Order: sequence, then C-alpha cells, then structure tokens
Amino acid sequence: MPLPPGLSAKDFADALKQLRGIVGKEWVFSEAEDVNLYRDAYSPFWHEQEEPIPSAAVAPDSVEQVQQVVRIANTYKIPIWTISTGKNLGYGGSAPQSSGTMVLDLKRMNRILEVNDKNHYALVEPGVSYFDLYRYIQEKGLKVWIDCPDPGWGSLIGNALERGGGYTPMRDHFDAHCGMEVVLANGDVVRTGMGALPNSKTWQQYKYGFGPYVDGIFSQSNLGVVTKMGFWLYPEPEAYFSGTVMAPKHDDIFRLAEVLTYLMNSGTVNGTTGVLNTANLAPPDPALAAVRVGASTSDLERYVAEKNLGYWTVDLPFYGPAKVIAAQWEFAKEKLSVIPGVKFQDGASYRFPLSAEQVAKILNPVPLGIPSLTTFAIGGPKSQGHMWFSPIIPMTGEAVLEATALFDQVYKDLGSPSGALPGFPIWSFFPRAFVIIYFFPIEHDVEKNRKNREIFRRLVKAAAEKGFGEYRTHTAFMNDIMDVYSYNNHALRRLHETMKDTLDPNGILAPGKNGIWPRRMRKARA
Amino acid sequence: MRAAAWCRIAALSVGLAAISFAADEATIEKGHQVYAKWCLPCHGAGDGKPGTIASAAHYKGSKPAVLEERTDLTPEMIKGFVRNGVYVMPRFRKTEITDAELDALTAYLTQRSEPRSRAPVMGPHR
Repeated sequence: MPLPPGLSAKDFADALKQLRGIVGKEWVFSEAEDVNLYRDAYSPFWHEQEEPIPSAAVAPDSVEQVQQVVRIANTYKIPIWTISTGKNLGYGGSAPQSSGTMVLDLKRMNRILEVNDKNHYALVEPGVSYFDLYRYIQEKGLKVWIDCPDPGWGSLIGNALERGGGYTPMRDHFDAHCGMEVVLANGDVVRTGMGALPNSKTWQQYKYGFGPYVDGIFSQSNLGVVTKMGFWLYPEPEAYFSGTVMAPKHDDIFRLAEVLTYLMNSGTVNGTTGVLNTANLAPPDPALAAVRVGASTSDLERYVAEKNLGYWTVDLPFYGPAKVIAAQWEFAKEKLSVIPGVKFQDGASYRFPLSAEQVAKILNPVPLGIPSLTTFAIGGPKSQGHMWFSPIIPMTGEAVLEATALFDQVYKDLGSPSGALPGFPIWSFFPRAFVIIYFFPIEHDVEKNRKNREIFRRLVKAAAEKGFGEYRTHTAFMNDIMDVYSYNNHALRRLHETMKDTLDPNGILAPGKNGIWPRRMRKARA
Repeated sequence: MRAAAWCRIAALSVGLAAISFAADEATIEKGHQVYAKWCLPCHGAGDGKPGTIASAAHYKGSKPAVLEERTDLTPEMIKGFVRNGVYVMPRFRKTEITDAELDALTAYLTQRSEPRSRAPVMGPHR
C-alpha cells in the first residue's frame, strides 16, 4: 500500500499502532486485502497508475474516537478521507482523491438517535443508510417518510453533504437537514444551529441558531468531519398521484418549461419531475431510430403524432391530501392547456400506508420514499459501473435546447455517441433549476476510459463557456470543475483555501476534495 | 475481465463445498439477517433487482436467477463475489460485512436444508 505523502514507513507504523489503541486493532485496516476494499469500484482509472489507492483505513465507533483519530492524523500529518457508508458510487465510491490518503470510515457509527413523527425529524449518525432509517420507521410504525436518492444504501449524511437529491417534497437533501455535529481538524467538536445551545430543545426544528450560518461550509468540503446530522422528514401524506403531460410540437418546450416552472415554484407540483424528449424514449423504438437518422423536426413531430405520443413528455407528481391533489392536477391541466394539442393522462395513484404486497408490485418505489437499488440495473447486466456528468441549467425551454445541442455536439466532435441515457428526462431534483445527467460507462479498458475522461473534460469546459456548471462530480474531475468556477480570478477557490488553511493548517482533511487543496499540497500542484 | 473473474471464482470453488463446516441454526439465522440487509435488494425475486437481472442474463436459465434459489453456491464463491465485486456489484468492506458475518452469510446460502426465500421483501409495511 502507498504511504501517506511525506511520511516514513516507521512513522506510519507508529501512527497505525496508536490508532489501533483507540479504535481496536480489528478496525484499523492496513493489509492489502482489506485496504483494497476501499478502492473505487467504479473507477475511471481501471488498470492505470492514476487510480487513487488508500494507504490504510480506520473505522471509529464514536465521536470521541473520531476526535482522537483526527488528533493523531494532525500529529503525523496524515491526510484522511472521510466516508459515511462509502457508497458514493459514480462519484468516487469509498476511495480518496489521491493515493496515500487514509480512509476515515464512519460506517460503524450507525445509530439512529431519534425519529420524531410529531414534529417530523430524525437525528442520525453517518453510517445510517436510507434502508436503515426506512426499516426503523416501518418497524416502529411511525408516520413519517424519508426522501431517498436512487441508491438506497447511501448515507443520509453523506448524500446530504454531497448535496444529493431525491423525489418527494423533501428532495433537496442538504436543504432538508437541520443541525450538525462536526469534529474540526483540531479535534474540537462543534454543534451548529440550535445545537450550540446546551440542552437545546429545538436542534432539529430551527436551522439557523444565532450568528453566522456555517453549515454550508461542511458540504462538498474538507473543513470538518460531520458526526451527527438532523433531517426534516415528510409527514406521511394521504395520497400520491402522477399525471402525464404530452406536448406535441418541438417548439412547445418554451411554453411547457414556463408553465412547469410556475407549477413547481408555486408549489402546485411538489415532487421531482423532468422533461423527456421523445427522441430519448426507452426502450428505443426501431421506427424512431430510423426517423432520427437525418430527421427534421417535422419528421419527429409526424412520428409522435402517428404514435399518439408527445414530442415532450412530463410526469407531474403530487403528494398530499387526495382532494387537494385532484384540485392541483386540474389546475395544472388548466395552465398547461395554453399549449395547443396538449394531452393529459392519469398515472399512478396511491393511498398510504401501502401494504407489503402493494410495495412489491412497484418497480421503482423510490419516489414514494421507499429505498431501492433498482437504479443499478441502469447500464445493463454487463455494466462495470458508471459515472455522471451533471450540469445545472436554467428551467427554460431555451436552456434545454441550447444545453442538449451543445453537449451532443461535444460528443459528435469527439466521434462518440451521446451520453444522453434513453428514458432519462432532464430532471428537477432541485428547486428553480434543471439538472441534465449524462451517463458515462466505466470500462475495464484503459483506452475507453481515457476517451471517456477526454469527453467528460470537454463537456465541463463547453458547459462553462455557456454558463452551465456541474452540481457534483466524480473525484477524478473535482479539480477540473473547481477550475471553471473562476469568477474574479478564482475568488471562490481562494476563499475556500483561506478557510482551509485556517481551520486545517496541517491539511489533513480530505486533500483535493472538490478541488480544495491545503497549502502544503497546493505548492506541489502549482 | 470481470466475466473471467466470475468463472474463475466459480471454478475454484467446485469441490470445496464438501469441506465446509456445518453451521448451527443461530449462525444460519444470522446469515439470513445479513442476506436480508445486504443482498436482497439486488438479488431478490421480482422486477427491478439488478443482481437478479444480471444473473438471468448470465446463466440464461441454466441456473436460478434469484440467489436464494441457488443450490450450487459455495462459501468461496460467495466470499469471492462479496470481497471482489463483479460487474456493477461493488466490493463490500469489513465495516459493512465483517468476516464473521460473511461466514454466517455463506452458511445461510449453502447449508439450508432446501432452497427457500425467507427474507422479507422490505421490512413490515403498515
């Protein structure tokens, strides 16, 4: 295993010995067969020297142990990379950004500290997965929903800190958090928001506390180790309904996006939706594939008219009281009727709670707050993994057309088929903006991965030139993306670095996370 | 590459099942719990299970696609897949499935008296 940068084998051995004294010898991993388990299962560097390999891993069981681990890391200047459940697959998994970094594995800290179904919140540790919390709520018969991302084995804390998204009214996971406990690089423990008040009765009920609101600096960052986090939960709704909207013409995207924006921003539609271009239908219709070869817009419009489809299709989800949902759907149809020829179709409808038999029949239960791993079928049965290019774009028709044309052109210029995934709409995981998600397969083929990395980097630059930036990325591209967030001579990165150097002067916490490097490593990179 | 690994693990494990030790009911029950927590969401029955879909594509009906219905699994095969991963299935760390839990899992999947599906689909629903 590689050594931490600048550390002798003897010093590293001494540090590991001290770590074993803190967490127990079975929870310090330094043998290759154990450390290799932390490598990124979906690495875009398979069979290449650039793949980051950890030096070791340490798995504490308590906040106190985390404090002691951090202090030892400081003494020896060992860089440590924190993971929660380690399932950030597609974005780096459980591996660090650079070789020699030691993984701080918080999976053993998996306590569900509180779930309150009267004020609708939970307080959990980093190792708690969506499956864990869901099962707990079901076993206790509590009347609250969680909001899950597609991979249910992820950590609530890890996903929220990476600013992941889901489907229900609580779908912006960082926004849904309320209160943190953070171990700083010097080993100090901070509680944010109302948690700073000893014996606070409202840590999970009021976000801001008193003074500057600092929670944001611990997301997508390397300024602390979050050891507890509160989340607002959704009161179990009476009902769910999904209605489908089909707009017949290419140019309908302008009015469709405008009305959709109104419906979402006004709260009429209160879950994640997305705009699907019929050209991206899944499974692809061979007749459509034939039409697409050199097809004009009118050819595609004729195709969708013959097939009784929409050129653009949107599924609108509604969560809440059944009578209110019926009124919301009627209102949405009324607003969308400004689009000539628009069609509507009633979709899935549920009353809660669901029986186990009902749940078993739902192919993808994630939009109902039920964790699943169905998403991992996405690349087909021989998929070796995947990663995502995920820029944020305005919620307008103009942006949908501009961005998709821009990205398709990048693929074309590089002689590659588009990464737009069949059946994948342009999503609304987050309020007020769309996110486009392009699929990159992970191959165990060096040349294919190199090609994909080249495409990825070209997409990042092309997007930035037009004012589009990614919301999150694989560790392999964190520097590339931070590079394009460059307003005023990289003022934001300089601010990040100022905070980094102040809070973590030895640069031990997750060097390179989101392109933020400690001073001692910045010089080597310059 | 991964397909080759799959075959290699399977081939190595032929004949080793006979020397695995008999586990007690408590171990098998623990293995059942490990299975329900970690394996079922991908390898259970029903639509939308990536592991079941992949097995169906790989074995083309020559073996059951649902893991719990398999009678040819060996401890080495199971441990190989859990610790090395295969296709889209990642490796599982020892903080997720300990060596003792992995032993219990292999006992559950290899030493049941008959193929059965004991794991609930997803906890109790109200």
